[in-house]
Amino acid sequence: METLTPEAERLSLVITIGGMPVRVNTTDHTFLTMLQDRYAGYVHFSGEAEIEFDVEIAAHSFANPHADVRVEQHNGRWTLERGDFRAEWEPSRRRGWIRQTANPYSIDAVLRIVHSLILARQGGFLLHSASAIRNGKAFLFAGVSEAGKTTISRLAPADVTLLTDEISYVRKQNGGYVAYGTPFTGELAKLGENVSASVSALYLLAKGNENRIDPIAPSEAARSLLANLLFFAEDEELVQAIFHSAFEFVNKVPVSRLTFVPDHRVWELIR
Amino acid sequence: MTKLYVARNPRVAARSLDGEMMIMSGRDSTLFTLNKTATILWQSADGNTPLNEIVEQRICSEFSVEPATALQDAETLARELASHEILKISEEPITQGTAADGARR
Repeated sequence: METLTPEAERLSLVITIGGMPVRVNTTDHTFLTMLQDRYAGYVHFSGEAEIEFDVEIAAHSFANPHADVRVEQHNGRWTLERGDFRAEWEPSRRRGWIRQTANPYSIDAVLRIVHSLILARQGGFLLHSASAIRNGKAFLFAGVSEAGKTTISRLAPADVTLLTDEISYVRKQNGGYVAYGTPFTGELAKLGENVSASVSALYLLAKGNENRIDPIAPSEAARSLLANLLFFAEDEELVQAIFHSAFEFVNKVPVSRLTFVPDHRVWELIR
Repeated sequence: MTKLYVARNPRVAARSLDGEMMIMSGRDSTLFTLNKTATILWQSADGNTPLNEIVEQRICSEFSVEPATALQDAETLARELASHEILKISEEPITQGTAADGARR
């Protein structure tokens, strides 16, 4: 005789980053609680979502947890893979699934990848940069690891709202660019505020013996921006889109080099 | 002497800014910045003009360089760009129809 097994309780929350709500479904209470903590300020429990992911929690680690990320699209379906997760996402159905162990890093990577793919089609991007709002204007501070993203975030005075110390979220809106807060943190390990403002300037960070802002040539601006973009997909159409988006950005937003000594006086230049 | 034809790969993204040509591979997102000679070669690579003509008409006229040396350098450069799939090279004219599609200003 067939036995009936109780259906697992379906738990769900919505993580909204950059104004893009993503619903995450799971049957694991512990995982849901972890997401609430990890994305505090970006989570709500009701409302419509643009994308929905079912997360399956695997009991054991994957074969190679250190394998590189691979992001490919076939017939309208994206496959996202790294050593610690596997996921699929079908934009036309607005649905996908993630298989991972119960850790916050895997879903964080999936969310970053999915957001980068969405932004690429809309003329925006994720950028290796700190960002902050002052006097209603957003400023981006780009640079590779050790360039000073966390340092300049840590030095921010009280009237500055920190959006992120690691990965900035930039959307193209109304002919300009808007920076949003993100929960993607660097060494500061502090979530950005979930607010946004129009981008006023992009600074390329350099540590030095004085605080100064120097203009740079548009070609250097474009090259530096491209070097700091987060983009994972092996997809010619999207690569072309993000390439041209970078040039459009440097045509509209002032890009300068910000050399700074690591103390609070650097913020006197940022207004 | 065998003629060599070169054509831009339409599957890369390219832009010129301040006279500097930047190209991004659509395959792996690698960014290339071309120097002046490479930029001339890229812009002239229509698939129909032989490399020796490009060198004579566009490169030797711009730089004071021996045609034979310039051709040798251009061939080396073309093969290097082809190895990154930025250019296509062939001993026959290359008719891909959309050779210039990837080159936007």
